[in-house]
Amino acid sequence: MSANPAAQTSRAPSAAFILKKSLISALVALVLFSLMIGVRTEAGPDGQLTYWTRFGDLAAIVAAVFGGSILIELFRQWWGPVDTARIVPAPVQGALSLAGRLIAPVLLAFTFLVPVLFYDERYILDLGILVLTYVMLGWGLNVVVGLAGLLDLGYVAFYAVGAYSYALLATNFGLSFWICLPLAGILAAFWGVLLGFPVLRLRGDYLAIVTLAFGEIIRLVLINWQSLTGGPNGVTGIPRPTLFGIPLTPGDDGLAAMLGIEFSPTHRIVFLFYLILALALLTNWVTIRLRRLPIGRAWEALREDEVACRALGINTTTTKLTAFATGAMFGGFAGAFFATRQGFISPESFTFHESALVLAIVVLGGMGSQLGVALAALAMIGGFELFRGLDQYRMLVFGMAMVLLMIWRPRGLIGHRAPTVFLERKEAISSDLVKEGHG
Amino acid sequence: MSGDSILSVDRLSMRFGGIVAVNDLSFNAERRKITALIGPNGAGKTTVFNCITGFYKPSSGAIGLTHDDGHAIRLERLDDFRIAKLAKVARTFQNIRLFPGMTALENLMVAQHNALMRASGLTFLGLIGAPSWRTAEQAAIDLATTWLDRIGLLDRADDAAGNLPYGDQRRLEIARAMCTEPALLCLDEPAAGLNARESAALSELLLSIRADQGTSILLIEHDMSVVMEISDHVVVMDHGVKIAEGTPKHIRDDPKVIAAYLGTDEEEAIAVMESGT
Repeated sequence: MSANPAAQTSRAPSAAFILKKSLISALVALVLFSLMIGVRTEAGPDGQLTYWTRFGDLAAIVAAVFGGSILIELFRQWWGPVDTARIVPAPVQGALSLAGRLIAPVLLAFTFLVPVLFYDERYILDLGILVLTYVMLGWGLNVVVGLAGLLDLGYVAFYAVGAYSYALLATNFGLSFWICLPLAGILAAFWGVLLGFPVLRLRGDYLAIVTLAFGEIIRLVLINWQSLTGGPNGVTGIPRPTLFGIPLTPGDDGLAAMLGIEFSPTHRIVFLFYLILALALLTNWVTIRLRRLPIGRAWEALREDEVACRALGINTTTTKLTAFATGAMFGGFAGAFFATRQGFISPESFTFHESALVLAIVVLGGMGSQLGVALAALAMIGGFELFRGLDQYRMLVFGMAMVLLMIWRPRGLIGHRAPTVFLERKEAISSDLVKEGHG
Repeated sequence: MSGDSILSVDRLSMRFGGIVAVNDLSFNAERRKITALIGPNGAGKTTVFNCITGFYKPSSGAIGLTHDDGHAIRLERLDDFRIAKLAKVARTFQNIRLFPGMTALENLMVAQHNALMRASGLTFLGLIGAPSWRTAEQAAIDLATTWLDRIGLLDRADDAAGNLPYGDQRRLEIARAMCTEPALLCLDEPAAGLNARESAALSELLLSIRADQGTSILLIEHDMSVVMEISDHVVVMDHGVKIAEGTPKHIRDDPKVIAAYLGTDEEEAIAVMESGT
């Protein structure tokens, strides 16, 4: 948090300023809603257009916007994106920083205990698996977007490649999950390199568009290559994972029979939970290690300044390709897990919506921050489930929460950057200095 | 020019569409010497630099670099990063290009990328934490620490580069270039924006780099106090062509150079000089 006194004094509460801003908001709302809410049209009994006005509703909405915008302005001046450090008292800050240090180990320990605590609650276990899948996808994309600063809108393509790799290898050749898992990762990494080559010269918006197109191409190929992928019907009967060859089935050769315990379908869910947890932790461990290796530092340097990288003799082409390949490989692992968990995949699971969701997790978490991405995945996937009771207003509440978060924390939940090497003190680097990359 | 030259620029031309930025320029830079490239704004100095370091491909001409062991490399054929990696030419930029969100130490570690990539077995040995990698990493940190000490930034090693004062950033950029262990160091206006005391410290640093590392230095500079104090050889450019070269003393008294800087005719410049003395 940079304390800038000049900026704060200019933000001092001023009734006229708030009133002016709220009036403008109300005016915009009036223009916007006068047709959307103020006038209601409908086809009459003979097909002609009938309409009636609802000025009362319109007035209520505009008043709500006016009042709401006053409240938001007051709230912003009380809390504000720049002056949190000034308002929060020192003891609270100390407690917050302690909580910040403890949150990762506590969260990890809790995750390990989830199957024990919620053994009977299938819904929570399923949700946990879903959240962990997105944590893993977020960590994978974080390598590309957060570290290397390359905006990738087609990440779902690698997820799809991984899923179909496992599904097709397992159904056609009968290969086991543990052989297919590395193969799925390698194939996805291969496609990552393949995507990387043509887009290396592109930056920023252009890169985003091409990666978006790549994601769509993969999906369309999956739909149209009927003979191989089954087209829109997808692949069914994908084998369930085994515990290194021991199936988790009620049969005599199943794990339950071997251990001499009663079979329960929950065993498989718990196994899947720990499987995705292990995969996600592998992703995290590799990423943390890579950051401290020359390749990881080169990724971050690339995000900071590509020209300077080249002046230092760094081959930016291979550096970008390794970032794409590494991110894609983790996406492929996650895809293989997805296929084995579902037992059925179709192109419908790999739409742009998934790419956008994973990207939102990375951006919301704070680009480059491992803990931030995990928290954001928990909030995005778990939080979304939390609002299930709100039915159609769920998206509204969710969107509002995201807007508020971006006002409060414009660089994501954890925006600062931890240095990869230090002499004496490891001090977080303010997000003001860290670049976002230009693609 | 006789002697042992590390860099020879031969009939270099660079055109951007119809504009001729550099026209038929030839000069040599001697080994373990400081060569200065000076000239008024828009003379084409930075273009020459970008050609030497591969950021531009010259329209015509040759740029040759000869290492200490006699190994000769044609720079105009190489990509920018290969010039830094294989030909060992390091450069700094007119507008500082550090990695602002990384610490000073990290900036110097990135500079040792190629050596560290080899040591980490293209990442794989590093990933499993092999002992050979650990030694190499510690050696890299030691080298970075040495340079931080030399530029007087050891106590700010863990600060973000973007948070350092301007003068420190300039010195850090030079240290970062030196961490690539170059044969030729190209500095684009290293004294720009520095005060007199900082300029003097910079001169000292460059002289010590030449003396201790034996690195040849090519610099573009507008600050004549720095140029005259440390250069062994000065090349003067104007409008893309070389108008003079020689020792600093020789250049100082050259009417053509003064005319170029004052923007007047040669005769007038001579008159100005004579009236001055």
